[in-house]
Amino acid sequence: MSKNWPLWEIFVRSKNGLEHRHFGSLHAADAEMALENARDVYTRRSEGVSIWVVESVNITASNPEHNGELFEPAHDKVYRHPTFYELPDEVKHM
Amino acid sequence: MSNEQIKNLEEIFEARIARDEKIEPKDWMPEKYRKTHIRQMSQHAHSEIVGMLPEGNWISRAPSLRRKAALLAKVQDEAGHGLYLYSACETLGISRDELYEQLHSGKAKYSSIFNYPTVTWADMGAIGWLVDGAAIINQVPLCNTSFGPYARAMVRVCKEESFHQRQGFEIMHKLCNGTPEQKDMAQDALNRWWWPSLMMLGPTDAESIHTEQSMKWKLKRKSNDELRQQFIDQTVPQADVLGLTIPDKDLKWNEEKGSYDFGEIDWDEFWQVVKGHGPSNKKRMKARVGAWEEGAWVRDAAMAHAEKKEANKLKKAI
Repeated sequence: MSKNWPLWEIFVRSKNGLEHRHFGSLHAADAEMALENARDVYTRRSEGVSIWVVESVNITASNPEHNGELFEPAHDKVYRHPTFYELPDEVKHM
Repeated sequence: MSNEQIKNLEEIFEARIARDEKIEPKDWMPEKYRKTHIRQMSQHAHSEIVGMLPEGNWISRAPSLRRKAALLAKVQDEAGHGLYLYSACETLGISRDELYEQLHSGKAKYSSIFNYPTVTWADMGAIGWLVDGAAIINQVPLCNTSFGPYARAMVRVCKEESFHQRQGFEIMHKLCNGTPEQKDMAQDALNRWWWPSLMMLGPTDAESIHTEQSMKWKLKRKSNDELRQQFIDQTVPQADVLGLTIPDKDLKWNEEKGSYDFGEIDWDEFWQVVKGHGPSNKKRMKARVGAWEEGAWVRDAAMAHAEKKEANKLKKAI
């Protein structure tokens, strides 16, 4: 019985100076093949200068159902933003 | 979960879409949303994959190296589009193997247009111009659809699609400015591809069962009839540039509504092709299933090689 090729997540840096960004996923037998396939699937028009491949099973993702306890604590901490602080009008460059 | 709770979740969900929020794979979604998206996205992916076959027919016989390189690149793009869409579809919890199985067993459909044969080189022109033209009209609104992975895949697809249409039109233009025989060939291709291209935009609104729900989920922004009208209105002037005649004696500019009136579409033909009785349905499936089965040993060998390499690496580490 044949075994299916695992799924890989593909990250591409479109040019130096920019971060790698998630482009999509594909199936490949191993990391080397995933790189080669990513080249053909996601960079046919010079969309990238560097590729990362990560086997999808190795990614741990947060659960959207827990978004409340994960992200809400940040909502009431407006003092982390510069606009929270009041300055006299005559102060410039701050 | 109780029915009451599910109903609440559904209301929250519909409200999110109405606010133009995107839905991502791990978000809660109604089962019907998941199923409808698997159906539409896989149908779309299958169409890209089967769509390689009619054009693949002409790669080895393209009239020049320039045409050959362009056609190869286009067919490779179709493969890429299929792959973007399959992986977007897999985020909904269906495996690639299940998707292929649905295509190969005939359970899943693909676009009816690919069940017509490509008998002359001019068909490469007509397909790029008309079929890709109709596809673009269908696809552009999907760049804003509610399911994130589908919308992102469609942005990539649409960016690449416009080269396809232009290369098709260029082929037609060249033929129309060539010898009388070449121009006849272009007219013949238009005659054969015009009506199937109109059908490709789907059944009339009265017959289209999924439209209302799809509009709500932004899987559809315009009805099939609106898309068809848009396609006709933009394509007729292009045929004029080519000096070709659209094969519809009822086609006439309607000053009052500011668009073209057109003749009756043969919907019996459409449903026959959808049900598997088009000129090339069997041939397409035979080629597709054959490629999958004959490639099995390659996939197995690649997997065995990868496992062996991994085992060797581990052995060295110990």
